[in-house]
Amino acid sequence: MPNSLPRYLHPGAWWLWALGLAAAASRTTNPLLLGLILAVAAVVVAARKPDAPWSRSFSVFLKLGLVVIVIRLVFQVILGSPIGDHVLVSLPVIPLPEWMASLRLGGDITWESIIFAACDGFRLAVLLACVGAANSLASPSRLLKSMPAALYEVGVAVVVAMTFAPQLVTDLGRVRQARRLRGRTNKGVRGAAGAALPVLEGALDRAVTLAAAMDSRGYGRSGQLPIRIRRITVALVLGGLLGVCIGLYGLLSADTSAIAGAPILLVGIAASIIGMWLGGRRSIRTRYRADPWRLPEWIVCLSGIGAAVGVITAGIINPASITISVVPLLWPALPLAALIGILIGALPAIAAPPLPAPAAIRRQPGSRAGTPQERIEVSA
Amino acid sequence: MIRFEDVTVTYPQAQSPALRGVNLEISEGELALLVGRTGSGKSTLLRAINGLVPHFTGGLLEGRVTVAGRDTRTHPPRELADVVGMVPQDPMSGFVTDTVEEELAYGMEALGIAPQTMRRRVEDTLDLLGLVEIRDRPLLSLSGGQRQRTAIGSVLTTNPSVLVLDEPTSALDPGAAEEVLAAIQRLVFDLGLTVLMAEHRLERVVQYADHVVVIETDGSVVHGVPEVVLADAPVAPPVIELGRRLGLSPLPLSVRDARRETARWRNGLATSTGPTGAEAPPPSTAASPARSDAGDVVADISHLSIRYGNFVAVSDLTLQLRRGEIVALMGRNGAGKSTLLNTMVGLRKADHGKVNVGASLADPYPMEGQELLKHVGLVPQEAGDMLYAQTVEAECAAADRDAHASPGTTRALLEQFAPGIDDQTHPRDLSEGQRLSLVLAIVLTARPPALLLDEPTRGLDYPGKENFTKVLRQLAAEGHAIMLATHDVELVASTATRVVMIADGEIVADGPTAEVVTSSPMFAPQISKVMRPYPFLTVDQAIDAMAAITP
Repeated sequence: MPNSLPRYLHPGAWWLWALGLAAAASRTTNPLLLGLILAVAAVVVAARKPDAPWSRSFSVFLKLGLVVIVIRLVFQVILGSPIGDHVLVSLPVIPLPEWMASLRLGGDITWESIIFAACDGFRLAVLLACVGAANSLASPSRLLKSMPAALYEVGVAVVVAMTFAPQLVTDLGRVRQARRLRGRTNKGVRGAAGAALPVLEGALDRAVTLAAAMDSRGYGRSGQLPIRIRRITVALVLGGLLGVCIGLYGLLSADTSAIAGAPILLVGIAASIIGMWLGGRRSIRTRYRADPWRLPEWIVCLSGIGAAVGVITAGIINPASITISVVPLLWPALPLAALIGILIGALPAIAAPPLPAPAAIRRQPGSRAGTPQERIEVSA
Repeated sequence: MIRFEDVTVTYPQAQSPALRGVNLEISEGELALLVGRTGSGKSTLLRAINGLVPHFTGGLLEGRVTVAGRDTRTHPPRELADVVGMVPQDPMSGFVTDTVEEELAYGMEALGIAPQTMRRRVEDTLDLLGLVEIRDRPLLSLSGGQRQRTAIGSVLTTNPSVLVLDEPTSALDPGAAEEVLAAIQRLVFDLGLTVLMAEHRLERVVQYADHVVVIETDGSVVHGVPEVVLADAPVAPPVIELGRRLGLSPLPLSVRDARRETARWRNGLATSTGPTGAEAPPPSTAASPARSDAGDVVADISHLSIRYGNFVAVSDLTLQLRRGEIVALMGRNGAGKSTLLNTMVGLRKADHGKVNVGASLADPYPMEGQELLKHVGLVPQEAGDMLYAQTVEAECAAADRDAHASPGTTRALLEQFAPGIDDQTHPRDLSEGQRLSLVLAIVLTARPPALLLDEPTRGLDYPGKENFTKVLRQLAAEGHAIMLATHDVELVASTATRVVMIADGEIVADGPTAEVVTSSPMFAPQISKVMRPYPFLTVDQAIDAMAAITP
């Protein structure tokens, strides 16, 4: 709500919201609706994006989306079969051998096929934008912190990997410098191979030190479950999640019917819940400053689901209204249900709590003392 | 609190035990200091306290180690996490999360402490160690001192009664080291924590210690109050060295003690040379070879500026290096020392100004391969990065080939710096001092006229440093120009002919060692603090001057 105190929203809520928008986008090829979804995602990102390195990813995903559209168009031009009869340009047909008769290279390029491919690519681009929005709104490390206890080990592994990656890059730079100082060149395969060994050795050393440090700090105290139960837990959770994915695909994909997806989804959810309960049962771990799940979180994730429901409803009322019609080539419709649903998806721009100011700014208005200098220290 | 009963530790495939028959008791609320030469088993003893030896490292532990009544035989490290807080040597390598606050909470989460308690303890610890300002900063962006304090905080939150620290200040500049030591002292005095720490830089910590544990090279242990144990320990900081040479008893541990006890000598000096000290005898030239303005210039930096984005690392810096000089480059972490050195070997391009090195004074940036080494050589901070081969022999042979030097050149240099290293040793198994010598030999094979060293003495003990000092002097006498970036004021006092102090990328002082160093409270060596106003830098100088007078 607009009057709620500044804080970071639960990362899970952002992901659910983004998944809702993505679900809406996946159901439609109507460029008006897709553009609207993209606009909604952009508005929310602009309004609630924190100032952190990972929050700059939205624009990266947008660019990726453009690439996807271009690739889709290129494939359509080279390999696609023509739809409709408004010929844009005629390319020479390259004859293919008998056994590839189902393929076709070149030939007539029609307006209809170009528009169809563009809308299809646009849908993928919007899906990517939804993922990018979640990525830049929710801190990945906070999301990992909110993982259920049974998946704790996986979370730790990911966090450690995330801190190791930049470290490896620094190491590589250092080792390449050292090679230069020995009067060797860094160019070519031999140079790369020469740098790889010390970097790997360094990484191994660090891994051992880290393991010792984690052991000294009590890591693994919670792992007192019998190995069999642990394995069952992991199987249930991972199997369950797989079920959820397959089920969701069944539900969302326009080709399969909802009847096939729903049971798998339900079984998957049940298996994951049992697994997580089983695994978390004897864990003694507690959580420091766990992100709360309050009204704003509900509003944010429900608004995302609202968008999905809106588009699906519009599809049930009139399937033609949410797809692009190329034969005959028609201006896309703007179904009311979908419009309302997607606009509900923009609610987080005002319903999510505002962002807290970063600590440095909070205490020293206008200055972020020392940051560039420390960046040097890291690289030095 | 900590009790070792007849403990002997033998690692697999080791010929002799790392620790031999150790009997030791450290009672509650004590600050104990662990000293010994590198490779003498300090880390083994520290890691035996929380059971990392032998549960994690392997090896055979005979005898018994108990901490707060818990036997490490039956308690693996994780079961001791609420009693022993273990801070590893490189704090960064022990961090599990990515921000300060989460790192502080990590240990408590693993122990299952209630969220309200966690919240309160994190806030308390933030205040106690002065980390409030940086609570939500990423760990990677912290300075050395902040990292060390965060590492201490992260083990404190589980409320341990024992804190174990492995060389907490060895990588820090004097200011940051004091910051960390002040924090440790507060923990001992205010919270009654039992602290055991290993440290090479005795001059920084010995005055705070209640108890000193000395590990001999054969793995046996001597312990007791510092004044007694240090009277004949293999390692001693300058103040204690001075006390020993003057036959003072009890030994002075701090500058304050030493000043009081040497007052009569200083009075004697005053009557023989006049009260102001203005006519004090010049420092003996043993440590500072003849002023070398006459030597050729082999590094010429003029109006150099280097920036990273908006941050200016080096700004309008002008400096010359002549043959025969040993120049110490001092300043805080992040003052631009490493950037300057890296630019001098062409790892970075100068944004403004000129850098020219070597006998022919050429720009190092475009140089490739061996051409660079003929002009200038740099021993980087992580000297081990420069070693790739499986044996010392192979490493030396490779260096000869690289430099087109006659076979055996590198090996002969190494023999000169560190005699008696086995050819078949793996470079990783060398001690810090031997590894430094090897890298130095490799760099010097191509005979660069200018030699640069970045924090060379980080892991060296006193005898190692003494040897290193000799090597540097000899190289300078042979006509090399040497520049070393360092925080080690004692090394500077005994080695350097000239000190360049930089802050914020600018030179703030440049002159003969005695002048620059004695005028700065942070960078003054202990002897100069003790002998003020007389400009003595090393024990030898002070003793020579005092021998002439009878108190």
